[in-house]
Amino acid sequence: MADETTNQGIPEPEGAVDLIETEFEIGQDNVEGSVGPFGFDVHNPVFAVSAAAIIVFVAYALLAPEQAGSFFGWLRPALTSSFDWFFLWAANIFVIFCLLLVVTPWGSVRLGGQDATPDYGYAGWFAMLFAAGMGIGLMFFGVLEPVYYFATPWGDAPLGVVRPFAEDGTLIPENIDAARQMALAATSFHWALHPWAIYAVVALALALFTYNKGLPLSIRSAFYPIFGERVWGWVGHVIDILAVFATLFGLATSLGLGAQQANAGLDFVYGIPVSTTVQVILIIGITCLALFSVVRGLDGGVKLLSEINMIIAIILLAFVLIAAGPATILTEFGEGLVGYLREVIPLSNPHGREDTGFLQGWTAFYWAWWISWSPFVGMFIARVSRGRTVREFIICVLLIPSLVCLFWMAVFGGAAIEQVIADPAGSAVKAQVIDAYKPELSLFAMLGSLPFASITSTVGIILVIVFFVTSSDSGSLVIDTITAGGKVDAPMPQRVFWCTFEGLVAIALLIGGGLSSLQAMVISTGLPFTVILLLMCVAIFKGLKTEPR
Amino acid sequence: MFNRIMVPVDLAHVDKLTRSLTVAGDMASHYGASLCFVAVGSSAPGPTGRTPAEFGDTLAAFADAQGRQRGVSATSLPILAHDPAADLNHALLKAVKDTGADLVIMASHVPGIADYLLSSHGGHLAAHAGVSVMLIREG
Repeated sequence: MADETTNQGIPEPEGAVDLIETEFEIGQDNVEGSVGPFGFDVHNPVFAVSAAAIIVFVAYALLAPEQAGSFFGWLRPALTSSFDWFFLWAANIFVIFCLLLVVTPWGSVRLGGQDATPDYGYAGWFAMLFAAGMGIGLMFFGVLEPVYYFATPWGDAPLGVVRPFAEDGTLIPENIDAARQMALAATSFHWALHPWAIYAVVALALALFTYNKGLPLSIRSAFYPIFGERVWGWVGHVIDILAVFATLFGLATSLGLGAQQANAGLDFVYGIPVSTTVQVILIIGITCLALFSVVRGLDGGVKLLSEINMIIAIILLAFVLIAAGPATILTEFGEGLVGYLREVIPLSNPHGREDTGFLQGWTAFYWAWWISWSPFVGMFIARVSRGRTVREFIICVLLIPSLVCLFWMAVFGGAAIEQVIADPAGSAVKAQVIDAYKPELSLFAMLGSLPFASITSTVGIILVIVFFVTSSDSGSLVIDTITAGGKVDAPMPQRVFWCTFEGLVAIALLIGGGLSSLQAMVISTGLPFTVILLLMCVAIFKGLKTEPR
Repeated sequence: MFNRIMVPVDLAHVDKLTRSLTVAGDMASHYGASLCFVAVGSSAPGPTGRTPAEFGDTLAAFADAQGRQRGVSATSLPILAHDPAADLNHALLKAVKDTGADLVIMASHVPGIADYLLSSHGGHLAAHAGVSVMLIREG
């Protein structure tokens, strides 16, 4: 009879956690219904206000393109140059905070309860970490950034390091080693500990307050220790709306600009003409793939695609390593690592610097950019990180990806710098990165000087496109969850809506103009989010204190 | 004819399951079968449980109440999926095997144009499960 009721589905107890007692019931502010044949279950007012705000900003950029361009074109550099010290100190705090968590007893707290088991194995987990928030950047900046720092003649060399070229374009042999090491160290600085610490803070805060405290999977939940029950009201609405807004515009503008870059790559490799039509077709194609992936879900779509992409990326990495000479590249990796460890503190210090071109134009810009992406990437990482201890989480989200990025930059950047040194006047990389400054062609210029260029360039283009797909599908999942009030099982048409909406925004801005100005706006949201992230550190500290370990 | 009837339920919408729950209870009484209530949830907090254990408790309490109300034996099987909205079909097919059920009774909506784009869960189960599947239109 009824007393035979058993509980067979959960294989083992999840162990003790310190649930937060709250009056709030998940989904209590949601509105359910249907539009035509499609059901929905959305948070009121986060869904409606987010969607409306996005439409208003798209309309502004389309109707007053010059005003939008000049305003956001002024705002972004104004913020990164006025608040460079703030961005740099905040990022330093995030790194120190994360490293402290590894060595303190709080590192033993397990996300999801003491007996929770990891949702994903290491391979799938790492693949998703990179695919969501960084893969596309590694493709774009892997060659560009090291070569730029190595050879920049525009006075924005990192820490004012010596220039390897004389004014007549000839090499100055005694300066090469120092310039190369600094180029790799400075690139690593932007891709190793600091960005991953930014992501780790957001991800850890969300995972802790979701899996251990029982609050909905939404950005606002991390602020419960600070705002208490008010977090379910307008304070929380604003935080969540800002996150949706930054995520959607971040993805849509990257997709639009990415389509232009992919088009430039296709032109360079295959002679496919650069035109709006080609770019719109690319956006539609990427959006369709993302739709397919997002409907297949986290395991059947996003994870699978991320794993495929990781394998292709490793093959490309191995090829460049072998083709460019493993001995040379591994030496550069070692030098880059030593340079990074030596320069990381001087590069992290915002005070008394004379290299403002680098400090404000690159470092502060990067920090604002990473931070504006952190709600999206952090939330996605949180979604897939249940079952790890805090220590394991930090090691795997902060230290291992940092090493991977250091290695990636040493291989792609190192190979490209070697090409520049070998043939300063004729190298395609220098021609594209410095002489013509066409950053979107830097990767293809480097690959073009290695064997099997047509094959590797094609692989490069496929990687770029699939990384856009994996960003787009994981972003749609994140936006859908936030706008459904933290529910992860909202009706499927909702995530189809957000994924399609992202493609439409990208197409509208591509045709009407405004991609660059709205991307500048997104990066500007890095400033308020920096404050939000600092508060998250406080919340994590408070949350971990009461957690059983 | 039937020994174990699997009844997939959406715990957040049990108010919409009146007909299917009645039919399941009647069939269980008629054949002397036991009911096994199955629900698919996520490890993230949701309206029906803030932890996986709470989700399991909610389902167990529901099964218990149904068993008492209908005077039949009732068990429960909570399933955790990484992405419930996408993994539901696969999870339910697996649950048919795990529960050892020989009949599935499941609520289903009246099909509309959206079913051409995203197939219904009941339809998918009927198409792929090795056991009998009875779909009850709830309106």
